[in-house]
Amino acid sequence: MNSSIVVFPGSNCDRDLAIALEKLHFKNTMVWHKDTSLPKSDLIVIPGGFSYGDYLRSGAIAAKSKILNDVVHAAKDGCLILGICNGFQILIETGLLKGTLLRNKNLKFLGKDVCVKTINTDNKFCNKYEQNQILKFNIAHNEGNYFTSTDHLKELEDKNLIPFKYCDGKGNINEENNPNGSMNNIAGIFNDKKNILGMMPHPERMIDPVISNNDGVKLFSSLLN
Amino acid sequence: MKITNAIVEKHGLKPDEYTKIKELLKREPNLLELGVFSAMWNEHCSYKSSRIHLKNLPTKGKQVIQGPGENAGVIDIGDDDAIIFKIESHNHPSYIEPYQGAATGVGGILRDVFTMGARPIALLNSIHFGSPDHPKTKSLLNGVVSGIGGYGNCIGIPTVAGETKFDHTYDENILVNAMAVGLAKKNKIFYSKAKGLNKSVVYVGSKTGRDGIHGASMASAEFDENSENKKPTVQVGDPFTEKLLMEACLELMKDKSIISIQDMGAAGLTSSSVEMASKGDLGIELYLDKVPCREEEMTPYEMMLSESQERMLIVLEDKKEKEAKKIFEKWDLDFVVIGKTTDTNNLTLKFNSETIGEIPIDALTSKAPLYDRKWTKKKLPTKKIDIKDLKKIKLEDALIKILSSPNESNKSWVTEQFDQMIMNDTVQRSGADAAVIRIHKKEKAIAVTVDSSANYCKAHPLTGGKQIVCESWRNLISVGAKPIAITNCLNFGNPENSNVMGEFAECLQGIREACEFLDYPVVSGNVSFYNGTNKKNIDPTPVIGGVGLISESKNKINHLLKKEKNIVLQVGKTFGHLYQSLFFKDIYSITEGPPPEINLSNERSNGETVLKLIINKLIVSTHDISSGGLILALAEMCLASGYGLRIEKPSKLFNLMEYYFGEDQGRYLLEVEPENLQNVTKILNENNIFNEAVATVQNDNFEILGELKINVNELYKTNNKWYNSY
Repeated sequence: MNSSIVVFPGSNCDRDLAIALEKLHFKNTMVWHKDTSLPKSDLIVIPGGFSYGDYLRSGAIAAKSKILNDVVHAAKDGCLILGICNGFQILIETGLLKGTLLRNKNLKFLGKDVCVKTINTDNKFCNKYEQNQILKFNIAHNEGNYFTSTDHLKELEDKNLIPFKYCDGKGNINEENNPNGSMNNIAGIFNDKKNILGMMPHPERMIDPVISNNDGVKLFSSLLN
Repeated sequence: MKITNAIVEKHGLKPDEYTKIKELLKREPNLLELGVFSAMWNEHCSYKSSRIHLKNLPTKGKQVIQGPGENAGVIDIGDDDAIIFKIESHNHPSYIEPYQGAATGVGGILRDVFTMGARPIALLNSIHFGSPDHPKTKSLLNGVVSGIGGYGNCIGIPTVAGETKFDHTYDENILVNAMAVGLAKKNKIFYSKAKGLNKSVVYVGSKTGRDGIHGASMASAEFDENSENKKPTVQVGDPFTEKLLMEACLELMKDKSIISIQDMGAAGLTSSSVEMASKGDLGIELYLDKVPCREEEMTPYEMMLSESQERMLIVLEDKKEKEAKKIFEKWDLDFVVIGKTTDTNNLTLKFNSETIGEIPIDALTSKAPLYDRKWTKKKLPTKKIDIKDLKKIKLEDALIKILSSPNESNKSWVTEQFDQMIMNDTVQRSGADAAVIRIHKKEKAIAVTVDSSANYCKAHPLTGGKQIVCESWRNLISVGAKPIAITNCLNFGNPENSNVMGEFAECLQGIREACEFLDYPVVSGNVSFYNGTNKKNIDPTPVIGGVGLISESKNKINHLLKKEKNIVLQVGKTFGHLYQSLFFKDIYSITEGPPPEINLSNERSNGETVLKLIINKLIVSTHDISSGGLILALAEMCLASGYGLRIEKPSKLFNLMEYYFGEDQGRYLLEVEPENLQNVTKILNENNIFNEAVATVQNDNFEILGELKINVNELYKTNNKWYNSY
């Protein structure tokens, strides 16, 4: 499977993602933000980081970059797109995903392990996970507080477009275990066609028990299915 | 412009120093030249009060590739890999503007490391604030922590360990020390020594602005009531540009274009150009009209003294300009040839071809003032207190009070503001005795820690100096690492005060003795004097950053208890030393008396034997016993793991408080599986290491029979309250 990671000058999770993809035998290419065209890819990944510094709204400038035009086209043709952390913020700024990511409810950067529960596994990204599985993922962000309109929130729930929600160790989804204040404890969302996933937690940091755990591996192996 | 006494004073120069400048130049300097002298001769850059003491430190060792004197120290960790690391202070700017001060502290130390060819792989910090009741402390804490996180998180280097402390001694002068650790190839290390004539001197990175002018001079004076007005001398950080600069430099370093490279840190363009020329025994000529400027009509004086961040100076090989420029253009950074090396041994400053300043390089470096300041020895304080005369307190109450105190409370409020995981090689995150970072794509790992014990150093600087080195050594051993070398950040008061100078000289003497005995050399460091306000000096606070090596990362160990019924052994003997302990300070507000004694020979044999046991996989967890004594160390093992302990009582001869809270040194706790107990005690006994079983692992309760019984969850809540309610 061919994957591409789009690298902005301030991307900093690109290397970690490349290692995760290579571990699962993706044929991966790093695509520099000044490149004008994407190689043919089955999966495009927008990594975490600070794209162009994020001194404006996170991801706002990256969303206007040339390479993103290609990503938008590919997305419309059904290519699988994965945006993690800053990548999620960028996908929202491009309009490929709806809603917005506000500052965390405590107004501080949050770098810690949290539990998430798999809500929808019937899709390209999560099919190797079990439904209602509790995973431990690392989060590291300032703006991960997902917010959207009441109508859109209802649509996300009704159409089952939420793959992961923050929970406690036993799988309870409540405000106490909502690290950043996201509506309905949302940790990631799909577009309608479920070919685009944006998520705040970092699955690429969970591929090695010496460092953390293996809970992220199945996200990448699902894509190979 | 005529240089008046007032102008000289404003530049932080003493009248006799100005006389010396005139002698060296054989004429009066102009304002630009005076500015250059002030930038190079201030305490921060010239080390004029500290040099004669620093030269006594042990700086050599089998694994030392580069000791002090370069941008950072370099050690050999085998297989052609080198670790490059240094710690630096950013105390004064952080007090004036906490977010930017702390952020640029991180930025500066990162540049010191990647300038030498290393990709940074870990950041650490040691931050000291005033009393929590002081009106400024809360906002300083908030600003500093988010500033450190803001910079490190953005550039994408994990912040993996540190210490956060509170004491009224820092009420008006906080300490912000940042350490960076990088990984390089042994044969690809870059130095600041310039070589060759007529080589291009290239300016890369951000543009020069008016920020930070005289920053280094500010850091070389005490604060007073007007210090707030010094805000414009604080630099502003841009981690995004630093990331670009780092990637561009590392890309350029793959090729053989760089002769010498130096970051523009304290005293900016002045110190970077002078240092390169001085080390290469050359002259350097700068065309200041070529310097990329952020603001209009900047004067040469401002350009030479600006401390704008994220800039570097490079001496390039001939014919490499084009390729090098391409790399910096890729990263959207300025790349301008602003000068060349010469054989004049002068710093020559030109503006539109006119020479506007000319100073012999040695006048700025080797001929800079050197002071052997008066210092007084500190006597070992006497022991005057009998514990039996103190008002009785219950063991449980004392433990709860200490565990819920600002200094001992769980620090996750701080550490969760840092990305500890990025780069995906963090094997052990903060909270343990040391952090462990795996060498990318390899089995081996390094362990890193920062430590300080200001109250021990205040009470008896010689002992305190030894103690922090030992503490650092012990922390590395406790995660299974062989300690290799240290970097130090020496935070002291006004060196013109003989007591302060005595604290400095004797702490250094202590550091030296311990480093020599433990084979733990100093490879880099930084001195920060003039920490104080209106003649009130801070307690002496040398901070030690230690680095050790673990040959296989999966063999790292931590202080989390692993299994019910396992035995906890204590290594090293308890005498019950309570002077300078947390117990005396927090419970009785007693701050007198001597610090605990250091026995370097025990320290070494205890540590080496513990390390042997870890490497042979005979123990399943380890923790060093430090401030708070045995009981706090045991409680920390429970808090980290969720397991409880059934703790033995000492023989009747011991006072319970002395036994549990005494801060005797050289001690460790080892968790041993029952089947290995005999073997472990045999090895310890064979090496003449004092050891005794002190507790057994159990579920739920932290318990001393007949004395206390607390559920570990309750203990956890107690320990996690303070930050969230502050």
